[in-house]
Amino acid sequence: MKEKINLTINGRSVTAEKGMNVLEASLRNNIYIPHLCFHAELQPAGACRLCMVELDGQRTTIACKTPVEEGMVVRTESPEISETRKVALELLVADHDTDCLNCVQNTKCALQRVADHVGMNLKRLQRLKFREEKLPVDDSNPFFTFNPNRCVLCGICVRTCSEVQGAEAIDFTNRGSEAIVAGFGAKPRIESNCESCGECVVRCPVGALTEKDYERPTHQVRTVCSFCGCGCGLFLGVRDNRIVSAKGDINSRASQGRLCVKGRFGFRFVNHPERLTSPLIKKDGEFVEASWDEALDLIVEKFSRFKGDQFAAISSAKCTNEDNYLTQKFTRAVMGTNNIDHCARL
Amino acid sequence: MKFSDIKKSAEDEWHALQQGNVPLIVIGAATCGRSAGALGVKKTFEEEFQNRGIQAEIVEVGCLGPCYAEPLVNIIKPGGPNILYKNVTGKIAVELVENYIVNDNPLPEYALGTLGDSKVDGIPVLMETPFFKSQARELFRNSGFIDPTNINHYIANGGYSGLAKALEMEPAKVVEEIKASGLRGRGGGGFPTGMKWEFCFNAPGDEKYVICNADEGDPGAFMDRSLLESDPHALIEGMTIAGYTIGAGKGYIYCRAEYPLAVKRLRNAIAQSKEKGFLGENILGGKFNFDLEVFLGAGAFVCGEETALIASIEGGRGMPRHRPPFPAQSGLRGKPTLLNNVKTYSYVPKIINRGADWFAGIGTEKSKGTAVFALTGKVTNCGLIEVPMGISLREIIYDIGGGVSDGGEFKAVQTGGPSGGCLPASHLDTPIDYDSLRAAGSIMGSGGMVVMDQGTCMVDVARYFLDFTQKETCGECVPCRLGTKQMLNILEEITEGKGKPEDVDQLVEMGEAIKKASLCGLGQTAPNPVLTTIRYFREEYDAHIQNRSCPALLCKELISFRIIPEKCTGCMICARACPTDAITGEKKQVHVIDQSKCIRCGVCLEKCPKNFLAVECIAGQLSEGEQ
Repeated sequence: MKEKINLTINGRSVTAEKGMNVLEASLRNNIYIPHLCFHAELQPAGACRLCMVELDGQRTTIACKTPVEEGMVVRTESPEISETRKVALELLVADHDTDCLNCVQNTKCALQRVADHVGMNLKRLQRLKFREEKLPVDDSNPFFTFNPNRCVLCGICVRTCSEVQGAEAIDFTNRGSEAIVAGFGAKPRIESNCESCGECVVRCPVGALTEKDYERPTHQVRTVCSFCGCGCGLFLGVRDNRIVSAKGDINSRASQGRLCVKGRFGFRFVNHPERLTSPLIKKDGEFVEASWDEALDLIVEKFSRFKGDQFAAISSAKCTNEDNYLTQKFTRAVMGTNNIDHCARL
Repeated sequence: MKFSDIKKSAEDEWHALQQGNVPLIVIGAATCGRSAGALGVKKTFEEEFQNRGIQAEIVEVGCLGPCYAEPLVNIIKPGGPNILYKNVTGKIAVELVENYIVNDNPLPEYALGTLGDSKVDGIPVLMETPFFKSQARELFRNSGFIDPTNINHYIANGGYSGLAKALEMEPAKVVEEIKASGLRGRGGGGFPTGMKWEFCFNAPGDEKYVICNADEGDPGAFMDRSLLESDPHALIEGMTIAGYTIGAGKGYIYCRAEYPLAVKRLRNAIAQSKEKGFLGENILGGKFNFDLEVFLGAGAFVCGEETALIASIEGGRGMPRHRPPFPAQSGLRGKPTLLNNVKTYSYVPKIINRGADWFAGIGTEKSKGTAVFALTGKVTNCGLIEVPMGISLREIIYDIGGGVSDGGEFKAVQTGGPSGGCLPASHLDTPIDYDSLRAAGSIMGSGGMVVMDQGTCMVDVARYFLDFTQKETCGECVPCRLGTKQMLNILEEITEGKGKPEDVDQLVEMGEAIKKASLCGLGQTAPNPVLTTIRYFREEYDAHIQNRSCPALLCKELISFRIIPEKCTGCMICARACPTDAITGEKKQVHVIDQSKCIRCGVCLEKCPKNFLAVECIAGQLSEGEQ
């Protein structure tokens, strides 16, 4: 049990845990402070400057970089803070692709949440010069797209790649208003160290990183990834009896919400028209559909011709531990050989 | 070898050079001197001596300060006076050899002044000339006199005595001495140095670092470069004392790669210092070990910000991070790190050597010691100057600088580079110290000082600095990345004649928000040039926006050229020169400029013969047909 810290936020007495920052403490107590670059699983960056708060009626600072202290008095709003936030929000919106209806993050977007909270004044906003030039979209990755015109440079993807995945495939590049997130040497993501895990895509608070061919599911099913024996927990998103998305299960003890490229993006085989759904037996040089009984009979007949080291078995990493156990038992006890391996090492 | 023995032999070498029995030619060959032709002058002297069979000693030294007089050559004949010659060319060098070295005519017309106790008829005493008289050259005491590639010259002039003394003191006592001196950070922020040292000294941990910020990036500033090129050992000695004091074993000098000569001289100085036992293991025979490394910056302005600089040394992208924690608690590789500017460290050996009281005796109550400025712009005597804190801007510009160049009228002085502000004539009596400049809306900065005359458009100056910061912001935090861009857009529109009445209020509003909300010092100060020009030159913004007129005659869209009918003789020279055929008129008839075709290139004004002067440039836009 972590030490409890008592503090006051907007006149309310709240408790937080030692080591938390003011933003975490506030959000935990259902007091929203506008923010874009903060993510609970990552180190705070303090880049968006939206989570400004007033401490003890004196100093203004950013909540995500201020550890909670006993007796601290926090105000999340003041005329000065509101004005500064307004300016920052307006700057972001003027630099942002505002075609929200065409964005998959619409209604889930953190920038929309900030705008909703801070409030937008069209007259003020129109004083600014909107970005005219459209930056090229990086769709080099087969699974997701990066649209810099919708990026707020919060750096969550950069920190995710470094802190969560350890790949460090992307970073900020270029200076000033030309700064973007890209692979080393401003190269497309496919030419970087990117492992396509998609951890950045799920954390992107706006519509900059989006899954290709995304369809919003109608409901979700909690299950275990079928790709390998790790047993990562996931939620498959279902729509019209088709799997359309996969999301890591934060409560899975095996994976704690994380997924790899296969678990996250490799579900389309399920509904693929070329997927094998019945055994095939080669007859006269052509594969012909067969029943399971027919196929198993053929296997028994052919296996019976071999004994001992004439035989070898390779099992799949997609099998469960139990399946793999049975395969090796069969190979050793029935076929009489130790020639057993599987592909998980590949 | 004991330090006293090292010092004795260095002094012997120095005196032998100064009082030698052959002529001594000392050439200012820092980057400034070299770009003015110092190396060519050196070659001419060498050739002349060889051709005439004259034995002479030629030494390259650093920078003495008066840029307007480069290349500078010091000539000391055996037993003769020490004369400094200005703007020496190959031709003058030949004349000096012929007339002064061979014969005995010192050619006073080429001399800037005499040095030391020497007096020569017709030549002023250098330190009594206006440029030097009000200066207090403490930090730059050696610059322009010693050979920066020869450690013995530094030692003979008091060098490394501070280190020898510090090593016999308790580290806590060194901290006390720095605190008592009142030294404040010379990078521009003015944080009390002693307090910073104390934080690092008290920070727990066996592994600590000392870093020098030599990433001088302000446009027009060259103080650190000059000091590194002229007296590199002062920095090395200061950093070694710092290492001993806080308990660090390793130091980095973060120097921009655009300073190749400074880097070369630093590396040479580090090697010499190691050889003498002032760096490396068991320094001066004691138990203290300290090593120094020069780390090259790749030319990003933001890397002058301490946390970005640290990120850069760590191998990351030079991006600042939120403070606290300050580097004194968690700096390079998460270890306590002391980070100071070149000038700050270079003061340290002098303070230790001569005592805190000596330093505290110079300057004002809250700003001690001297201030170094790179005085440039529209000033008669541009150069590198060192003055006691508390001196007024007027004394610097008019006494030392000789006033506005070409008889111009003073308009503003800019201090602190892109983070600073522009002060008008009414602030000329502002004393130079951290707090007065800040109160006036500018900052001391690292030492850039640009003088502007009536031909400078203040809106354009603000635009220039914003363009710089906008390009140099790292892009991390929202207000700085996007706010400076929007402010620049507004300023560009104003200078292009598209200003709107609400623009100035919006600039102020946005500028204040950027200052409050930005992550690091770059963003927190970037709006300063705009805010101060609005504060002191509001009428110029109004002229641009409301009258569509640039009073400084600089913004092309807001000026007009017209032909004065009474003066025009119809010679057709301007009409033929006009690139857009905007000038019409028959021979011997008054010409007229078609304002709709005129691109305001100014060729007509330039070409109109001096005896007519029939073309004038006026502020504001002339409507079509108006003359």
